[in-house]
Amino acid sequence: MAAPRHLAAVLVVLVLFPAALLASADEGGPRGRRVLVLVDDLAVRSSHSAFFASLQGRGLDLDFRLADDPKLSLHRYGQYLYDGLVLFAPSTPRFGGSVDQNAVLEFIDAGHDLILAADSSASDLIRGIATECGVDFDEDPEAMVIDHINYAATDAEGDHTLIAGDDLIQSDVILGSKKIEAPVLFRGIGHMVNPSNSLVLKVLSASPSAYSANPKTKLASPPSLTGSAISLVSVMQARNNARVLVSGSIDLFSNRFLKSGVQKAGSKIRHEKSGNEQFVTETSKWVFHERGHLKAVNVKHNKVGETNEPGMYRINDDLEYSVEIYEWSGTSWKPYVADDVQVQFYMMSPYVLKTLSTDKKGVYSASFKVPDVYGVFQFKVEYQRLGYTGLSLSKQIPVRPYRHNEYERFITSAYPYYAASFSTMGAFFIFSFVYLYHK
Amino acid sequence: MASAALDSLPAPLRSLRLKTKQQELLVRVSALALIYVLAFVIRLFSVLRYESMIHEFDPYFNYRTTLFLSEHGFSEFWNWFDSESWYPLGRVVGGTLFPGLMVTAALLHRLLRALSLAVHIREVCVLTAPFFAANTTLVAYAFGREIWDSGAGLVAAALIAVCPGYISRSVAGSYDNEGVAIFALLLTFYLFVRAVNTGSLAWALASAFGYFYMVSAWGGYVFIINLLPLYVLVLLITGRYSQRLYVAYNCMYVLGMLLAMQIRFVGFQHVQSGEHMAAMGVFFLLQVFFFLDWVKYLLNDTRLFKSFLRITLTCVITVGTLALGIGTASGYISPWTGRFYSLLDPTYAKDHIPIIASVSEHQPTAWSSFMFDFHILLFLFPAGLYFCFKRLSDATIFVVMYGLTSMYFAGVMVRLILVAAPAVCLISAIAASATIKNLTTLIRTKSKSPQTVSAKATGSKAAAKGAVDQSLPFQQNAAIVLLLGAFYLLSRYAVHCTWVTSEAYSSPSIVLAARGHNGGRVIFDDYREAYYWLRQNTPPDAKIMSWWDYGYQITAMGNRTVIVDNNTWNNTHIATVGRAMSSYEDEAYEIMQSLDVNYVLVVFGGVTGYSSDDINKFLWMVRIGGGVFPVIKEPDYLVNGEYRVDKGASPKMLNCLMYKLCYYRFGELTTEYGKPPGYDRVRGVEIGNKDIKLEYLEEAFTTSNWIVRIYKVKPPKNRS
Repeated sequence: MAAPRHLAAVLVVLVLFPAALLASADEGGPRGRRVLVLVDDLAVRSSHSAFFASLQGRGLDLDFRLADDPKLSLHRYGQYLYDGLVLFAPSTPRFGGSVDQNAVLEFIDAGHDLILAADSSASDLIRGIATECGVDFDEDPEAMVIDHINYAATDAEGDHTLIAGDDLIQSDVILGSKKIEAPVLFRGIGHMVNPSNSLVLKVLSASPSAYSANPKTKLASPPSLTGSAISLVSVMQARNNARVLVSGSIDLFSNRFLKSGVQKAGSKIRHEKSGNEQFVTETSKWVFHERGHLKAVNVKHNKVGETNEPGMYRINDDLEYSVEIYEWSGTSWKPYVADDVQVQFYMMSPYVLKTLSTDKKGVYSASFKVPDVYGVFQFKVEYQRLGYTGLSLSKQIPVRPYRHNEYERFITSAYPYYAASFSTMGAFFIFSFVYLYHK
Repeated sequence: MASAALDSLPAPLRSLRLKTKQQELLVRVSALALIYVLAFVIRLFSVLRYESMIHEFDPYFNYRTTLFLSEHGFSEFWNWFDSESWYPLGRVVGGTLFPGLMVTAALLHRLLRALSLAVHIREVCVLTAPFFAANTTLVAYAFGREIWDSGAGLVAAALIAVCPGYISRSVAGSYDNEGVAIFALLLTFYLFVRAVNTGSLAWALASAFGYFYMVSAWGGYVFIINLLPLYVLVLLITGRYSQRLYVAYNCMYVLGMLLAMQIRFVGFQHVQSGEHMAAMGVFFLLQVFFFLDWVKYLLNDTRLFKSFLRITLTCVITVGTLALGIGTASGYISPWTGRFYSLLDPTYAKDHIPIIASVSEHQPTAWSSFMFDFHILLFLFPAGLYFCFKRLSDATIFVVMYGLTSMYFAGVMVRLILVAAPAVCLISAIAASATIKNLTTLIRTKSKSPQTVSAKATGSKAAAKGAVDQSLPFQQNAAIVLLLGAFYLLSRYAVHCTWVTSEAYSSPSIVLAARGHNGGRVIFDDYREAYYWLRQNTPPDAKIMSWWDYGYQITAMGNRTVIVDNNTWNNTHIATVGRAMSSYEDEAYEIMQSLDVNYVLVVFGGVTGYSSDDINKFLWMVRIGGGVFPVIKEPDYLVNGEYRVDKGASPKMLNCLMYKLCYYRFGELTTEYGKPPGYDRVRGVEIGNKDIKLEYLEEAFTTSNWIVRIYKVKPPKNRS
């Protein structure tokens, strides 16, 4: 008898364990905390330790591996082993184990995040991944971004490849609410964002005086990338809300750049510390979904005065629609407050477009009248804001016309017709009576 | 011979001997009963050959609605808003169908259940058409007796029982409106003729109810509401006006109109649409006629009456024209619809309404199909007309008009052969019956030897014959030869009808049959395979885009939402689908995204040689799409006016969505021995684009014989 009981206990544990895991993931943030860091040289672990320490300090569980580790694998038994990936292996020609370019892309398409850093030694593999994320590095393998005007003053006698960039994207969500005062040091290759890709954003752009070329040789032909079209750091938020950060410089994350002071050439102000630390901390927070992640729950709609959700509306019904939207603050879900969330009542085109009003506790609601058109409608909330994860909710609901007995009866304007028909009937009856029995 | 045998029986038994009248009745009733059974049984070929299943396209919608009716009751059915078809517009099914067929089947089903016969509603639906076809033979008998004699009635019943033109639409499984509508049509006509003949209000009332049933069952009721006034008009012109006609028409028109208004789909059309105005005009004309008749009777003065007549006629015509003009100008009276125009003018649809012209059953009839559907009736028909003209009466005038008008419509549209079939059978029956009767009379007067065979065929009416006026040499022999010839023809007719029914008209078209290499039958059940795949492998709210032909079947069998279906009420929506099919893949993708399409279904016959596939229908998609969206131009898909799919095809053709979906990976397949891979067996060519890559769609399912191919629309790319 003991064995089955034992078995039952094991079963209970087996069943409860994943459930408990799921529950904890639910209450927690939008993303798990396991991050794989791939480096091509273990020295990177120490040379970039400040950045890694800031990640670990925020509760991320980092797993350092060499990029060509033959036992490397992103998933096991169909489950991903990691929730994020930091690719600090710019020169690696191929990954070890079962990981290749497609595996990384599938990792992203499964809703996971990626930080990718390249430098002038970037391999085709790294370039390929970047290209698939809408970022095209300069094709010249020797090229670096050069800026003879906005370089960092410490680099005065060098080739002006150490750039003090301060052309940052205007977004509190991506860069945090505290403004980055000091310029961000950058040494590496430039890239261009794919103009046909609407999802990728330039976070740190080069100045108009920058260009991308080989610093060691003379310019033979005009550089292919010039001016502020060059992006130094870009981010891409995929449709499934996976976030990718692509940097042309791995040094941007290094302890040296994080700690060093900076003075922009031609500028009097010398900052004791470069903006790099704040920049990498804030962007990594964004990439790993510690900020700017919205979730919508409890989408409800019902007729005014009722609470149950009907399977179908009738034309001209009055209805209420509500949805709760929360934002992940890094530690908990906080109500999201905005005044620009809109709901559409949509059938091929929006018949009703209404701004939802919020009670500041996360509940957004609106009430409106169903249009005088029947068909299969959708409640649609398409909320796409810079830096935030996209909310696109749609809920299908048919709208039917009146039933035959729902029209108004005995309308006043019809009384003459009623009178006419009844008087005719009466008169006919009297006429027949008289005609038949008169004599 | 039978009587001789009876004579020898003992006395008590001899009292059982039937009198001639009774004998005749017995023969007539048993013949009629046999015809009734025959009419039902001959339509069961399809069940024996295949299985008890619903055929073709429209019947699937009828079946689905019947199922809904029997499950949810009449009130829900009447107010049914179907959100699964015509996504996202939806369809108010209750208000856009003729409910007669569904209500009939549901009532039959309920009746059977009440009799404790536990049958599935599908069996009832499958057998509804044969059942009503059998009933039609009874009506044909009564009608024939009304216009000629009971002999003609019997022949008419026999002819119509097996007439291929009628069988084509009433085999078991062909669960369509026409199945009951022809019964209702003939019944209405019969009751009306009966009312005209008797002048009885009761028959007129019955005919009004027959008309109501017809209106509830089929849009073809417009034929009745135009033929009856035409008939009345002809009677008025030929001076055959009578009180009987007045009673019959007025009662029938007023009550029939009021009853017809109760059908939601018809509504106020009887007073508001141009197609019904003839009936109303004749109704008023009859009142004027009656009034004039009465005044004439009161006045008793021809000169005075003539001037009165002139004034009244002028007034009436002026008022009538004014009313019609104002009604049309103000839009109160709608003009004739395209369908009506295309009936009167066979070339109209081709120029103006491609969606009507695209349907194969709306094409003008070929001579061969007249021959195929009527056989000897085609020759008997003129002979019958001759007999009708020889013995002109109100009833024969009616049947002549019915025959002539319906024959014209049968020439305009293939499917209207069905409407002509009863008339042709009736008139031919008159010819056959009268001829046989004349011949047997000749034979019997000369030889006094009874011709038992002929007596049976003409229902022993031959006994009551008139005298033969002249006697020619060899007259009797010639009569016998002619009689044998007539029987030979009639037996050929029976053989032909059976053959046509078993070979041509019993195919359900959803299951295809072909002959294999060794002569055995090969069954292609790809349609159902595909629809069941959809039912079991796609999300319940998936939207399927296909050409409209398959819409009803997908909703009924696949239980999935479709974009367009066989109820072609919204031309723009169909044109949008046509446009998507004839665009490049990226343009089509945008259209499909805007319609929330999840799957695309195409029908392709290149592997099996099934010729009514989407590539052969494709030019219609281009035409219909181009009719609304001028960016689609037919010449882009043709090369020198020629439609081809091989290497010489136009680049637009080779890269449009329909081509890609039909021929995706077809280039890898060898279909016929000795031919290169990618050999299309329908078009008989090697396809021109063998390297087809799909960017926005992916193949989801292809049936075992490649007849149905289903593609999944991919979601937008994740990273761009």
